[in-house]
Amino acid sequence: MNIYWKETKYEFLKMLRNPRFGLSALTMPLLFYILYAVIMYKSRHFGGANMSSYMLATFGSFGVMGACLFGIGLNLANERGLGWLEVKRASPLPPAIYFLAKLTIGLLFGVAEVAALFALGIGLADVRLAPLDTLRMFGILVAGSIPFGALGLALGYLAKPDSAPVIVNLIYLPLSFFSGLWMPVELLPKALQQTAVYLPPYHLSRLALGVLGVDQDHVYWTHWQALTCFTAIFLGLAMLGYRRDNARQNGLA
Amino acid sequence: MQPDFQPEVARLNRVIKNYGSRRALQEVDLCVNRGEILALLGPNGAGKTTAVKLLLGLLDPNGGEVRVFGKDPREARGRQRTGAMLQVARVPETLRVREHIDLFSSYYPHPLSIAETMEAAGVCELANRKFGELSGGEKQRALFALALCGNPDLLFLDEPTVGMDVEARRGMWKQIRSLAARGKSVLLTTHYLEEAEALADRIVVLHRGRVIENGTAREIKSRVTGQVVRCRTKLPIEDLLRFDYVNDVRREGDSVEIQTSSIDGVLRQLILTDPEAAGFELQKGGLEDAFLALTAK
Repeated sequence: MNIYWKETKYEFLKMLRNPRFGLSALTMPLLFYILYAVIMYKSRHFGGANMSSYMLATFGSFGVMGACLFGIGLNLANERGLGWLEVKRASPLPPAIYFLAKLTIGLLFGVAEVAALFALGIGLADVRLAPLDTLRMFGILVAGSIPFGALGLALGYLAKPDSAPVIVNLIYLPLSFFSGLWMPVELLPKALQQTAVYLPPYHLSRLALGVLGVDQDHVYWTHWQALTCFTAIFLGLAMLGYRRDNARQNGLA
Repeated sequence: MQPDFQPEVARLNRVIKNYGSRRALQEVDLCVNRGEILALLGPNGAGKTTAVKLLLGLLDPNGGEVRVFGKDPREARGRQRTGAMLQVARVPETLRVREHIDLFSSYYPHPLSIAETMEAAGVCELANRKFGELSGGEKQRALFALALCGNPDLLFLDEPTVGMDVEARRGMWKQIRSLAARGKSVLLTTHYLEEAEALADRIVVLHRGRVIENGTAREIKSRVTGQVVRCRTKLPIEDLLRFDYVNDVRREGDSVEIQTSSIDGVLRQLILTDPEAAGFELQKGGLEDAFLALTAK
């Protein structure tokens, strides 16, 4: 327990002090939210909800995904590539704790991100949610760190360390756009609306939007099912990457 | 007998390791005894790091057996008695030296205190510096601190003094010696003959994945320089050992075998001191080529 606590604490400190992580991954969703929800569309309504609440769900998904992809994926790819993972593996640290600590900080930064968005929304963008709905949306968004944490692990093992920053961005930004996190999916062209259902952030944002009563046309459970499937797929990919990494070090790949 | 009283703490038993079609280690036997400093000497690419990684359980052998404290090192629990300093391209830069030590200490059941670790590794003045702010040599010392913070019985140090200036290197040597003085076993790799000589109780020379030498620095040096004078002389061994260029002397019946780095030098002194010396046989060793490769690095 002590090991897990220390590993998590220092993992957290390490990422918090990393300016590239702090400034890009964590602030981008906040800036987007300020720009769109606070400045531009504060008094607009969309799909039966006011725009600033709607965007709390979408940019919340965006923020949680970013915290996991950069905080877990890029972080792991870096440590793997620079030989630090090997130093950890040579130590008595149980490997499970190493990964658990990474997943935990993905979750923690996700929580911090969503909390900051809620504060902005409630304080500056006239978001009015019942306390129970606030909790529900908060919980759903934070639960998103499970599938995206798994995606982070997969990327951490599958992306080559020197190209990892590019790969993570190339997955993060288009995935967000095509899932309707920046612009409501209802406003995207028909073709894109149809492909969105194959993207994990779409399902997370629909679950969060469900709290606002926006997502009436879908069965709520299919989104949970989709996210569960994606989690399994990403964990499988991470396992595959882990095996491949071991094989490569042993000169087999 | 309990395993703890066995003199041997780590061993490679006819170990073969291939990276694809490249043979990194070919039937290597190696053994680290309790309380000794063993240097694994060899040029880059000789297989030193591979041997260390096998002993740390980071690699799977293609043949043979790897044992550390009698167990397969791939089982994580055995690592609580070992500490490792590996060559690493970059370390997490935003943590302070003290924080890294605190973290790694938590991996072990009976670690040193942070203050003891910093003292033993000579990093007290670096405690509050972030890893990213350290010079190459300082970084090595900080990694050394992480290897010893758990108070392990066996330390693996892969090229511990790489990137250090002469003074820092000597400081590191002193710290490694004081570890051994406290009963720790140390396996270190180096491509400096001088370093192996200054530190190690025993040296194993690896070349192209094979062990080509195994002995004390003195034994190896004589064999490396590779020159032997055999003759009959009445001079006692103690006198012969006092000659210049002589590394070792052995008596075989009425003749002696002198290990030397200069045949000419020995012959001149020998004939002047004992004009009756006779039956000279001269021999040049075959290890020079291997060592040219070593020293050329």
